[in-house]
Amino acid sequence: MRQGTQLAVVGGKDAVERSGQSMRNEISTIFEEVLGRPVVIGDDTDIVEDLGMDSLGVMNFVMAIEDFYDISIPLDRIAQIRTVVDLIHTVDDLRKGSAV
Amino acid sequence: MSILAKHGAYKQAYDVLRASGVDPLNVRFDAVLSPTEGVIGGRKMILLGTNNYLGLTFDPDCVERAVEATRGQGTGTTGSRVANGTYGGHKDLEGAIAKFYGRKHAMVFSTGYQANLGVLSTLVGRGDHLMLDADSHASIYDGSRLGYAEVIRFRHNNPDDLYKRLRRLDGVPGDRLIVVEGIYSMLGDTAPLREIAQVKRETGAYLLVDEAHSLGVLGETGRGLAQAAGVEADVDFIVGTFSKSLGSVGGFCVSDSDDFDIMRIISRPYMFTASLPPGVMASTLVALEKLQAEPHLRHDLMRNACRLYDGLRAMGFETGPEPNPIVAVAMPDQETAVMFWKMLIEGGVYLNLALPPATPSNVRLLRSSVSAAHTTAQIDTALDVFAETGRSLGFLTSGRRRAAGAL
Repeated sequence: MRQGTQLAVVGGKDAVERSGQSMRNEISTIFEEVLGRPVVIGDDTDIVEDLGMDSLGVMNFVMAIEDFYDISIPLDRIAQIRTVVDLIHTVDDLRKGSAV
Repeated sequence: MSILAKHGAYKQAYDVLRASGVDPLNVRFDAVLSPTEGVIGGRKMILLGTNNYLGLTFDPDCVERAVEATRGQGTGTTGSRVANGTYGGHKDLEGAIAKFYGRKHAMVFSTGYQANLGVLSTLVGRGDHLMLDADSHASIYDGSRLGYAEVIRFRHNNPDDLYKRLRRLDGVPGDRLIVVEGIYSMLGDTAPLREIAQVKRETGAYLLVDEAHSLGVLGETGRGLAQAAGVEADVDFIVGTFSKSLGSVGGFCVSDSDDFDIMRIISRPYMFTASLPPGVMASTLVALEKLQAEPHLRHDLMRNACRLYDGLRAMGFETGPEPNPIVAVAMPDQETAVMFWKMLIEGGVYLNLALPPATPSNVRLLRSSVSAAHTTAQIDTALDVFAETGRSLGFLTSGRRRAAGAL
C-alpha cells in the first residue's frame, strides 16, 4: 500500500488535515450505519479489534466506503488496512486515481 | 507455544463445536453402500449431502471401465503431463468435454479446485482486473491470490454493482475478467447470468462461469447455467469439476479462445501436480456419455430437488431462494444448528452442517444436496426426520412459517 506521505506532497499539510478530518467524520458515519451503534474513532483505531467487526462486517463496511467515495478497493489493499488512518490514506490514494 | 498458535481463534471455535459432541468437519463413514446410502456409527444413513447429483458413483459401466483402465494402464500416472506425458485418456477426456460444450478447446486438471487456481492465475496478471462475486467459492478466491491481478469484489448476484465497478475502471489499461458461478454451493442460488452477460458486453470484459454445481444439472442438455440462460456465446471460459455430477474427481476448462493451449506451459497448478489417473478418466468419460444419453437423470434430479425444497418450505423452514439440487435450511443460531444436525444423523439422514465463515452473510445452514438416485421414499423419509426434529426442538410451529434466518 502506498503510504500517506503522498498526501502531503499533493495537498500540503493543512489541506491534508482538513480533508483528513472531513473524511474521518464521513468514515465514522459509515461505521455507525454499518454497525448500527455509535462509535468513537481516532487515527489509530484498529478497525477489526477496536470496533469488534467480523469478516462480514468488514466486507459490508468496505462496500459502503466504496459506494460513498465511488471507488473500488482491491482485495490486496483491503488486507493491508488495519487502522482508520490506513483507510484514509488508501481511500485518498484511490480517489486520486493513483492506485491503478 | 506452537507455530500454529496463531490459529488459536479457529481452534477455540472448533473446540467449542466438538465439545457439543459433534465434529461435522470430520465425519467418518463406516461404509458407503450406494450413491444414496452409507453407514455412520453402525447406523444406516440416507446420504443427502454428497453432491452426487446424477448418482453415478456406483454405475456399473463407470465402475467397469475404471477397473479396465486401471488393469490396463495402472493405478496412477505418477507425475504431471509435462514430465510424464499425456495418456490417451487425457486426450479422450479433453476431446469429449470440448465436444460436449461445443468448444474448440479443453484442458483437464487434477481437481476442480486446481482448475480454478490454474485458470484464474493464468488468464489475468499484473495490470489486469479480476471481478469476483463476493460469495465466490474458496477456490476462486485462492486462484485470485495465486496470480497478480487486482481483485475487486462485487455484491453477490448484483449486475448493477458489477457494472458500477467496471465503469470505475474506464480508461484504466488491462483486461477485466468477471467470475461467477452457475449454482452457488451454499444456498443453491443461480447467478443472474443474462444480466451479467449484458454487463460483460457493454464493458468489454471477459466472462468466466464456474459450472461446478450446474454441470449435468441445468440446461437443455446439461451444460449448465450458461445454456439454461441462453448466453453461452457470451461466456468466454467455463470451468467445472468431474467430482459432482460425473461422480469421480478432476476439473476442466473449456473455451474458444485463441492461444488456449499456452496455458499448458504457464499454468502452474496444471504443470506441477500429478495428472488424473487412468481409472478416474475412464469412469468420467462414461459418466459424461450417460449425462448426455440419459436426460431422465436430470429430470429425476430436479423432481427430487423440488420435492425436498417444497416439502421443507411447506413445513415452515426457511430455505434458499430457488429450488435446485442444493437445498439449504437456515438455522437461527449455532447451537440449534449443531443440535439439529446431530439429531438428523440420529434419525438416519446425513447432510452438511455449514457454519461461518464458509457461509454467506454468516448464516448457519443445514445444507442438503439431492441426487437423481434418491427414491421418492428416501426424500419423504428425510422430510419426516426434518419434521420430527423440528418439532422436538420446538423449532416449527404448526401451520405458520417461522423465519429462521435471512435467506
